[in-house]
Amino acid sequence: MSKHNRLLLVALSIIVVAGLIIIPMNFNRYGLYILSQWAVMTIAAMGLNLTLGYAGQVSLAQGAFVGIGAYGAAILTTHGWPLIAALGLVIVICFVVGWLLGYPALRVQHHYLAFVTLAFSTLMFLVFRNESWLTNGIYGISNIPRPEVFGFPTRKPLPFYYLCIGSLGLVTLAMWWLIRSPWGRAFMALRENPIRAQSLGIDTRRYTLMAFAIGSVLGGIAGVLYAPLTQYVDPVPFNLQLSLDLLMMVIVGGSGFMLGPFLGAMIAVLLPEWLRFAEGYYLMLYAAAVIVLLIYSPSGILGILDRYLSSRRTQAASALRAAAQSKLEAAQ
Amino acid sequence: MTAVLDVRDVKKSFGGITAVNGVSFDVQEGEILGLIGPNGCGKSTLFNCILGQLVPSAGEVRVDGKLVTGQRPSELNRLGVSRTFQLLQVFPKLSVRDNLILAGQEHRGSMLSRLLGPSDAGLTTTADQMIGFFKLEHLANEPAGGLSYGQQKLLDAAMAFMGGPRLVLLDEPAGGVNPTMLGDLKERLIAINRERRATFVVIEHNMEFVMSLCSRVMVMAEGKVLAIGKPDEIRANPAVIEAYLGH
Repeated sequence: MSKHNRLLLVALSIIVVAGLIIIPMNFNRYGLYILSQWAVMTIAAMGLNLTLGYAGQVSLAQGAFVGIGAYGAAILTTHGWPLIAALGLVIVICFVVGWLLGYPALRVQHHYLAFVTLAFSTLMFLVFRNESWLTNGIYGISNIPRPEVFGFPTRKPLPFYYLCIGSLGLVTLAMWWLIRSPWGRAFMALRENPIRAQSLGIDTRRYTLMAFAIGSVLGGIAGVLYAPLTQYVDPVPFNLQLSLDLLMMVIVGGSGFMLGPFLGAMIAVLLPEWLRFAEGYYLMLYAAAVIVLLIYSPSGILGILDRYLSSRRTQAASALRAAAQSKLEAAQ
Repeated sequence: MTAVLDVRDVKKSFGGITAVNGVSFDVQEGEILGLIGPNGCGKSTLFNCILGQLVPSAGEVRVDGKLVTGQRPSELNRLGVSRTFQLLQVFPKLSVRDNLILAGQEHRGSMLSRLLGPSDAGLTTTADQMIGFFKLEHLANEPAGGLSYGQQKLLDAAMAFMGGPRLVLLDEPAGGVNPTMLGDLKERLIAINRERRATFVVIEHNMEFVMSLCSRVMVMAEGKVLAIGKPDEIRANPAVIEAYLGH
């Protein structure tokens, strides 16, 4: 990336961050709730983007990890645990469960793997619904407290929104670090060509398990924020539909692109709200918009940008080659 | 002296078909062994048995005297055994430099240090040296997918050397490469062999390339070793002429 482009990116990032901090100050309760939900779902989608987009492992279980995180936070904080302690425990549980869920990926791939993870998703839904001694079954858990962060209460919508956005910022930085590290390169090699990756010394088994474990942890972190956001959890939001929604966010935004989950979650969470003027037709319009987008660009919204930048690079390279050729001919 | 690669009575069967049938040979340090034979004679299957991509039905493979039969390819690579494939296997979306960094990164530090350390795993200088060695300087920042076939072959070969291997198995490195590029490739392989004492086993159908590059040549036919010897001896061997080289 050139220095000019880097500066442009930094300036754009500052404007977006400032906008996310300042503009919502004037939002009502519902607007802040939707934006907080966008931040939470973006974190969960970033986890799936790592597992699917970067490492190429299909998963239909991300919603179940959001559920594990949400129930973990709900159960523990209603028993007096601080949210940060609940977060620590959820991270450990999701890492271990995600690691174990990765084992089938060492034997099966693609739609077979999707079915394995779908079975896990169904299993977790049944646990949330049927194990009433732990989850209170279909009645759910209510009165989930919102935490104090460094002595600042987040009971009101705006401070809690800032907690969600701050968490999203930290997760984004961690993910950026991970993707540009040798691990990110190894995940990509695992997706593109596992046999060649193995021949270069990359332990594809360990990286596969790690992709599942880290992706699952991000699902859990999203869940830990989801519980105090809604202040009530029951099994219904964590059925297979959530996993499918998260999958759609990753694919629509642009699978394997760092910013894909941000755009995908924006479309999944915010677009239905913007289409409410269409009243009863808004979900149909939403579905049609997603279908048209994926027909036009199967690699998602950022795929369009990537194609445009690639064609510009190719044009520039062709122009350079043509100039070099004409110089060579002139010299001869 | 212990051979760098020692293959003893390796067999590989797929159902009722025996692709490799009791092959034995060894390769000494600094040697370039050519492996030739008609299509379907078991050369690539033998490579895959040596490199852990397939588990042999019988026999032993030793690297520097250490038994490695059935070890995973990634473990073998970290022991210093590297390879190239018959078909191009570069990562098209990564730049030439990033392909080389990827090829060397697992030989540096631990999993944790690769996560917490620098993004290039400290390999940019080594990668740039390799880029210079293979004369790809002007393409260092280009996505590998945009390179010509011959340039990708050079990159593929360069990737095999990033981990500083003791032994490299090259599967048809000359396939589809134009004569100029082939000359470059041969020159680079000879230079690495001399400068680093790297040991090679090369599968190839281009007889001129094999005979001018290799110090010994092994001929396979129907899963067995038909002959092994110096290039001149192989050229004159009646059984080899009959089965492969032709009159």
